[in-house]
Amino acid sequence: MSFGLSTHPQRPASSATWVAATIAAVAVWFALYRQLEPVSAWLVALLPVAPGSHITEALRFFVYDTPKVLMLLTLVVFGMGVVRSFFSPERTRALLAGRREGVGNVAAAILGVFTPFCSCSAVPLFVGFVSAGVPLGVTFSFLIAAPMVNEVALGLLFALVGWKVAAIYLGFGLAIAIVSGWVIGRLHLEGWLEEWVRELRAGEAELPPDQQTIVDRIQAGIEAVRDIVGRVWVWIIVGIAAGAFIHGYVPNDLLASIMGKGQWWSVPAAVLLGVPMYSNAAGIIPVVEALLGKGAALGTVLAFMMSVIALSFPEMVILRKVLSLRLIAVFAGVVALGIVAVGYLFNALFS
Amino acid sequence: MKNVKILGSGCKRCIATADMATAEAKKLGIDIELEKVTDFVDIAKFGIASTPGVVIDGKVVHAGGLPKPEDMAKWLAA
Repeated sequence: MSFGLSTHPQRPASSATWVAATIAAVAVWFALYRQLEPVSAWLVALLPVAPGSHITEALRFFVYDTPKVLMLLTLVVFGMGVVRSFFSPERTRALLAGRREGVGNVAAAILGVFTPFCSCSAVPLFVGFVSAGVPLGVTFSFLIAAPMVNEVALGLLFALVGWKVAAIYLGFGLAIAIVSGWVIGRLHLEGWLEEWVRELRAGEAELPPDQQTIVDRIQAGIEAVRDIVGRVWVWIIVGIAAGAFIHGYVPNDLLASIMGKGQWWSVPAAVLLGVPMYSNAAGIIPVVEALLGKGAALGTVLAFMMSVIALSFPEMVILRKVLSLRLIAVFAGVVALGIVAVGYLFNALFS
Repeated sequence: MKNVKILGSGCKRCIATADMATAEAKKLGIDIELEKVTDFVDIAKFGIASTPGVVIDGKVVHAGGLPKPEDMAKWLAA
């Protein structure tokens, strides 16, 4: 993937050049984005399929959504990459250490949205937080918010389903992280940590001060695009293909009868179904869009999405190194209950 | 002889960071003793919260994400 930002490697470009190139690249992005719909309609019209048939509907969805989602994702990830260069887990930890529960849970959930986090770093992060005096419940608020309310999920929801749903997802995602972390803190489960974690009392490393320039931050954005888009594009295409199939072939009333508001069991079923599924926001959101278009209830679909992202089995296996099985069960149980509650609330609010 | 520790549980970036340290040291002609710290207890004792971390002669110089080669060279030469 090229970004129109490559400068000659031998000659260090000035910050002005970098800023100008970034603005130009964003302008090109918008120009291209505006052409997507007519171009994709034209492409599908060229294919030897009957207009209005199932296959045409599926193809139209796929041909339009694939570049659209990839382009939006690139823009959002770039922007968040730049924003995230201002945050680091070490700095977030310093902000949270010794903070009281309540305020601490709120701060942790919000910082979880902006702090760079990868699941391979979950254990060092958990240990690093707890051993430096961040309360257990506050650490959990961070660990729940970081994967669930991330730029990919919010950006794609905003783009594909609308700003209202994205804002609601943000609000309820944060609420689940805050409340679940608070509940876990109230239960005083510190004794359920693995013993070595409890005994470890590490100081905080003194890292050199942050001296990033604007060029470094732009490069951090590009690096984030290369890393995240490079990793998730396959998931997105699989997700859009699944979405296209649903869009073209699944009858409207079928989903409304299974995932509609009338069925009280559909929300917990969606959450249970989401646990063993391991996808990221990028793969699941095109499916979410298609499900909503077919009459599935919003709360049920969002509960499914939150469950897939926040309650992933592989992450629990990683966390097993620091948490006892009982603590993992409490963590999963509290979060699952929160998601079910959000699902019901949504279905009740949007009827 | 500089002691360079790469802290990380063996993820892709940790390996890339270790390779980078070796390559940059070679370029600069500095002798290093490279050590990969993969145990979570040992990593946590250095007081970082994100990996990969880079420790040179006992001092933490970097935590989280792949460092830039220029920075690595600077740390090694310091």
